[in-house]
Amino acid sequence: MKNKGHCEDLLASLSDYVDGTLDGQLCEALEQHLQSCHNCTVVVNTLRRTVELYQQEELDAMPEAVHQRLLHRLHLDDFLHEG
Amino acid sequence: MNDAPLSLEALRAGDRTEFARMVAQYSAPVYRLGLKITADEQDAEDVLQETFVKAMKALPGFEGRSSLATWLFRIATNEALMVLRRKKPQVTLVEETGDADEEEGVPHPQQIVDWCCLPEAEMLSSETKAEMDRAAAGLSPALRSVFVLRDLQGLSVRETAEVLGVAEAVVKTRLVRARLKLREALSAYFGERMQKVSADEE
Repeated sequence: MKNKGHCEDLLASLSDYVDGTLDGQLCEALEQHLQSCHNCTVVVNTLRRTVELYQQEELDAMPEAVHQRLLHRLHLDDFLHEG
Repeated sequence: MNDAPLSLEALRAGDRTEFARMVAQYSAPVYRLGLKITADEQDAEDVLQETFVKAMKALPGFEGRSSLATWLFRIATNEALMVLRRKKPQVTLVEETGDADEEEGVPHPQQIVDWCCLPEAEMLSSETKAEMDRAAAGLSPALRSVFVLRDLQGLSVRETAEVLGVAEAVVKTRLVRARLKLREALSAYFGERMQKVSADEE
């Protein structure tokens, strides 16, 4: 990041940018900056990919035994085999 | 058990069948939330049980000002953060004296490696998944809870703010800090993988 001051101003808005919720003017300013700043482009691309990787992560299934113990604790054992 | 919308009236009146339906709908997301915040299976189970025990007691007084999901996630997040505090009392001090994390400002990116071109298989490997979990577990509780609610549970910024009882601006600041820290950790990891891949090719 050569243009340090400018890049730092933009850092705070990166989250909104990758979520597609950045306000129009800021978004334009950011995109204009990205055209001339290779490092920021890498940061934006890898940030977006990071968020995507986590969002796509497979859901951890809840073990059946954990489910059984939960129902037991709540005195709902009779609902165990429903659903 | 059917997926029809839950009846708040029945839940407040202590209807067991309706409560069992609520447990069926929300136990998996609550367990996952606990697991991601505490990074420990036993703690996640404790969070799960305590959340529904507390919900059962509190339901008669639940006014429905927030959605049932938001309300349950709030109980679960508080439980999970309490577990972390009990385990690491020193974390409490940092968190309660204004959150050192926020005073640092937004972290300046150090790792400038474009790893987006790595093969998909590399990014979906179990080793990568373990690294992602390690990176997330390395976030402070304040950053981790925002990241888990927003990016893993898929809540909006507004819902996340509601669950945590903080302003939306606080959620946004913590979110960008959390995401940049995770990007940093994954960039270091993938950077090494890229070197390895190109060394193997030579």
